[in-house]
Amino acid sequence: MGADGGNLSVRIWKGGAGGRLIEFEAPQRANQTVLDVVTWVQRHRDPGLAYRFACRVGMCGSCAMTVNGKPRWTCRTHVAKVAQDSRLTIEPLRNLPIVKDLACDMTVFFEKWRDARGRFEGRATRYDDIECIAPETPARQAVDAGIECINCAVCYAACDVVAWKPDYLGPAALNRVWTLQNDTRDAAQAERLAAVAGEAGCHNCHSQQGCTTHCPMSLNPTASIAGLKRAVFMAALRGEV
Amino acid sequence: MIRPHRHQPLWWAFALHRLSGLALAVFLPLHFLVLGSALNGEAVFDGVLAWSDFGLVKLAEMGLVFLLALHLLGGLRLLALEFLPWRDGQATLAAVAGSASAVIAFAFLFNAI
Repeated sequence: MGADGGNLSVRIWKGGAGGRLIEFEAPQRANQTVLDVVTWVQRHRDPGLAYRFACRVGMCGSCAMTVNGKPRWTCRTHVAKVAQDSRLTIEPLRNLPIVKDLACDMTVFFEKWRDARGRFEGRATRYDDIECIAPETPARQAVDAGIECINCAVCYAACDVVAWKPDYLGPAALNRVWTLQNDTRDAAQAERLAAVAGEAGCHNCHSQQGCTTHCPMSLNPTASIAGLKRAVFMAALRGEV
Repeated sequence: MIRPHRHQPLWWAFALHRLSGLALAVFLPLHFLVLGSALNGEAVFDGVLAWSDFGLVKLAEMGLVFLLALHLLGGLRLLALEFLPWRDGQATLAAVAGSASAVIAFAFLFNAI
């Protein structure tokens, strides 16, 4: 939990891709989150510091940053848990272009959701009855296991394959696709499977499980991607992809 | 430098699988060279094989057996991960593969000396 008192030595990334770390002193507080520290620095030391946040309760996925080398949601990361000798190094997320300071350009992240056809495409109209989905079916349980993604891009920043192959769709988009492939109401599963079977698709994953290790929602994108690999393999045997 | 986000067992499993594969690929030409010496007659082949009686070569062979077992067992884990329904505990399975490889390598060494 940590107690009030003392100072933190905080190094924060300033500038764009060619920027550098600037050192600040910030007061240490009980129950302080990394986002609290960034906000204190902006309000008391550097009003020009750019960063992104919204809900502050781990729902919106806006405030992810690299903290002491690991991607984390900063609003739910306690300083006491991650500071090393009262030192913090806070950088923007890896694998995304930097807009300024700690704010990343998320465009490519969401473009990959679009390219992977990560949008629900239903077949029912407003005049149809609501379809009953039994919660105990394996398909629905697979959906439930992956559905709570908050789009924070922590998994995307943790993924070495994205770093090595920037076209790779990445764990978040593929996890989303796996939930849709198991959604019995969806009508575009064949097209979606084709979208993730290609050069930038699921077979790039090396199963390092960096995404699973760092996901703040404790999701398992590696398991979702493995499911997609099996689905693509079976579809290939049937000559469908 | 190993970046902090890679400090987790399955990144090491990945790295060791990749490195053992590369090391085995580097070894293959040597393996073919030894086998190819048989084309020059039994005596030449036996002469080359006699090298394996040296202690250092035995140790190198043990390393080779370790790499082979590691790559094989690690590969089986990955095949199971990709083709069978998901099971948790992949880090434990990777650790079992690594430990079993070490046991196999030492068993080879004790059998060889």
